[in-house]
Amino acid sequence: MISTIGWIIIWVGVLFDLLGAIGLLRFPDVYNRLQASTKCVTLGTLGIMIGIFLIKGFSPMGIKALICGAVLLLTSPVAAHALMKGSLHFGTKMWKGTIIDNYGVDKLGGEQIEQDEK
Amino acid sequence: MSVLVSILAIGGFLCLFRIYQGPSISDRAVGVDIMGVLFVGITGLSALYYDLPYLIDLSISLALFSFIGTIALAKYLEKRSLDD
Repeated sequence: MISTIGWIIIWVGVLFDLLGAIGLLRFPDVYNRLQASTKCVTLGTLGIMIGIFLIKGFSPMGIKALICGAVLLLTSPVAAHALMKGSLHFGTKMWKGTIIDNYGVDKLGGEQIEQDEK
Repeated sequence: MSVLVSILAIGGFLCLFRIYQGPSISDRAVGVDIMGVLFVGITGLSALYYDLPYLIDLSISLALFSFIGTIALAKYLEKRSLDD
């Protein structure tokens, strides 16, 4: 029973991985790509690791899979955030349909602009 | 099992296409990051298939090295030195 639940979670994780890769290919902008693919791929690989833990139980392999999932859950969003900030400082162009860019407004001294408008 | 690994490999090929085609250097960095996480999944599934616990160790170290490489690329994009 628990093994069946583990296989289902592994399938869901692999399909999330595929969705993340398709999002990386299809979105128009580096920020959209990061936002789509990092969440999907982190959840997918974490699902694979949790599935291995559910199948193997409290054996060495299961515990190591759980540790690997914890490492992924800690490191992957930090890496995505660092890449996003690096891209903004590097000056990568946004998509032409972007509605709002608060970081760019702050960089140009947005507080003064808002005070002038008031 | 082979279907699962094949799906992950197809995702890796999509990341390779993004690395090849990416308009800016940020897209290539994102592709490398995502491909590293996909390879972590592939090593985990091979450990489950062959029933070898030490492949999970390979998976943990691959995740950590992917993280370090992505942080180095982000610092390069931010035009800072690596010991800053």
